[in-house]
Amino acid sequence: MDALLLSRIQFGFVISFHILFPAFTIGLAHWLAFVEWRWLRTKDALWRDVYFFWLKIFAVSFGMGVVSGIVMSFQFGTNWAVLSERAGAILGPLLSYEVLTAFFLEATFLGVMLFGWRKVSDRLHFFATCMVALGTLISTFWIISANSWMQTPQGYLVDARGFFQPADWWAIVFNPSFPYRLAHMVLAAFITTCLVVGGVSAWYLRRGVHREAALRTLKYATVFAAIAVPLQILAGDLHGLNVGKHQPVKLAAIEGHWHEGEPGQGTPLVLFGMPDQHAERNDYEVAVPRLGGVILKHEWNGVIAPLTAVPPDQRPPVAPVFWAFRVMVGLGLLMLVLAWSSLWAWRRGRLGSSRWLLDFWRWMSPAGFIALLSGWYVVEIGRQPYVVYGLLRTSEAVSPNIAAAAVLTSLVVYACAYAVIFGAGIWYLRKLMLVGPVPQPPKDTRGGEKTPARPLSVPDEPVDAPDPQQEPG
Amino acid sequence: MELATVLPVLWFAVIGFGVLMYVLLDGFVLGLGILAPFAHDGAQLDHMMNTAAPIWDGNETWLVLGGVGLLAAFPAAYALLLSTLYLPVLMMLIALIFRGVAFEFRFKATRGRRFWGGAFSIGSVVVAFAQGLILGALVEGLPQRSLAGVPSMFAWFSPFSMLTAIALVFGYALLGATWLVLKTEGPLQALARTLTRPLVLVVVAFMGLVSAWLPFLDSRIMARWFEDGHFWWLAPVPMLALVNAFMLWRAAMAQGRDARPFVLTLTFFALGFAGLVLGLWPYIVPPHLDIWQASSSTSSQLFLGVGILFLLPAILGYTWWSYRVFRGKVEADAGYH
Repeated sequence: MDALLLSRIQFGFVISFHILFPAFTIGLAHWLAFVEWRWLRTKDALWRDVYFFWLKIFAVSFGMGVVSGIVMSFQFGTNWAVLSERAGAILGPLLSYEVLTAFFLEATFLGVMLFGWRKVSDRLHFFATCMVALGTLISTFWIISANSWMQTPQGYLVDARGFFQPADWWAIVFNPSFPYRLAHMVLAAFITTCLVVGGVSAWYLRRGVHREAALRTLKYATVFAAIAVPLQILAGDLHGLNVGKHQPVKLAAIEGHWHEGEPGQGTPLVLFGMPDQHAERNDYEVAVPRLGGVILKHEWNGVIAPLTAVPPDQRPPVAPVFWAFRVMVGLGLLMLVLAWSSLWAWRRGRLGSSRWLLDFWRWMSPAGFIALLSGWYVVEIGRQPYVVYGLLRTSEAVSPNIAAAAVLTSLVVYACAYAVIFGAGIWYLRKLMLVGPVPQPPKDTRGGEKTPARPLSVPDEPVDAPDPQQEPG
Repeated sequence: MELATVLPVLWFAVIGFGVLMYVLLDGFVLGLGILAPFAHDGAQLDHMMNTAAPIWDGNETWLVLGGVGLLAAFPAAYALLLSTLYLPVLMMLIALIFRGVAFEFRFKATRGRRFWGGAFSIGSVVVAFAQGLILGALVEGLPQRSLAGVPSMFAWFSPFSMLTAIALVFGYALLGATWLVLKTEGPLQALARTLTRPLVLVVVAFMGLVSAWLPFLDSRIMARWFEDGHFWWLAPVPMLALVNAFMLWRAAMAQGRDARPFVLTLTFFALGFAGLVLGLWPYIVPPHLDIWQASSSTSSQLFLGVGILFLLPAILGYTWWSYRVFRGKVEADAGYH
């Protein structure tokens, strides 16, 4: 294996692990801001218990997001030096703005959020929570802008050395695919968190613990999902139209659409098939006539460009894009079923007691993560063989001065380290969830210099002791 | 003067400032990890970690700023430095991961408690060591002129870079010790005070060794210090550093003035950093690329520079505020409420 292939495996590996945590904490930060706001308004102690429970989960997840994110900001230089050198003048400022406007904000106010409960007023603490939530959104804005520029580059010039130089910053930041990708990603992050909150609540209801808190949070999850999932389907549809306009080859790969159809027959929708890259066709294809054109062009006779419109060396690997897309859409539809059947059960007063529905929520709790990863695989594998779409190939972007042995070393080291870190992290998260939202003693009012820096708000009690409550069954 | 001449100079200053902030702020947190083996028991290590728990994340962010700032302003340098120093950078990143999660995981573990304490401690030592290797390789000069060079995994390895690596471990330990003098009382503070004086001696000795080695390096990077009588007008920097070290030695055991040792260590580091920058200037990838050769473009540097003008004061402002929120001594049992 050469340094290119190893670098690609490594990048895919570390970014897949990384994205899970920011995606979760974007939504969770907003959920925490909402819960703390409810507590400040109602002074209902249950809200505070819910706040501190999810704050512990947030602290662990955010920590893992931070440490895996640092790897990302250096990996462009270590493994993708040519990309850095050629596109640094454009990507560098976008990433720097992310650090300046988001990372410092999140990191600083997170300290107050986790450890400042007794040190600052309730309102100031709420302000800190809001700043962390705002930071996660600003961070999403810049990183999605940078990614989208690589997908749909504009506002640049190419100089004599082949380096991309900025010509119009507004055009660069607000490039054509950016608004769609941003909306789709923010909604995905919120829904991912919503499914975890709802799934954990359903799990408590199923076990008959923390009933009051769990039923309350499950209702909020239901309402949120019932609104956000249809919006997400709409955003995904608009995003798809945008892909068709700017990255037609990616769209053809998503659809498994190899050849131009008969005139006047529209484009079929391939539901199932085994894409064969070399034979340029799908085996065992199941397709609905015309539906593809209707969905993708919103026209009865709509046609999209086929994969064979470009030479084979400009096509992405079709099968992973094709399948990842179907996983994402399938899960999205299941989420819609979950949200609406929960609304229906709620109307009939059975939201907290319907066993199958609670189990459905439990099983759907990781669905957001899987759909999100699948979506990103569509985006990133679908843009191959380019890293800057149509302009710079991935194979040209890799650092030419690194030895394959060095990349193999780093890949093995990352794999081992992440197995330990994320294994332990998920273990601690599970343990925190087993404890659940337990009542918090009221805030200490002594104040002054002598108050502890690490108050009750923070999960100091060890959680890898034997299970406090055995899971039934 | 033209923008294309001035902007890279300003950006050199911005990145220098970011790196210095990182070295000072994460330096003391890494120092806590390096000093962890001196903790008498788990409770004392908790105490040490609790002094930094609310602020370590913000401190580490300066490193990320240094990295992406370099990508924005000097992409050629970012690409060449990181790919050439592949293994030391990997070492640093992996160690940063273990050090960072230890803050969260250690307080949630019972059986894993010792493991995460070890991760914090060894992680911190390895981060410091790797950063010292990178520093040494920079001062010696990189072997490759451009990305087209032949892969060389171990080009950064040399006796000199080993020396700077060990020196930085002790340097961060000194920052950590004086931070503990500032933030704690009782037995932990006494321990930190006892460690400070030997650390001052060791760090001064390492600085002397590194300085004495400079004229004998093949590269001409630090040659400015020793040519054309430059040494005499640059001499105030090492002179001040020596005076600073002497004052620090005296302040270490002075009861009651707990902030002095830490402040004097910060100035000591700043002087050392100044000495380094005076030697490297105007190179960003010594000895191949100067700041003008490595620059991105006037547009990029201006676009981000305008933002920096407003955002950096805001960041410094709320960072200062968060240190104020957590000011004062951190109690030994702060973690158990």
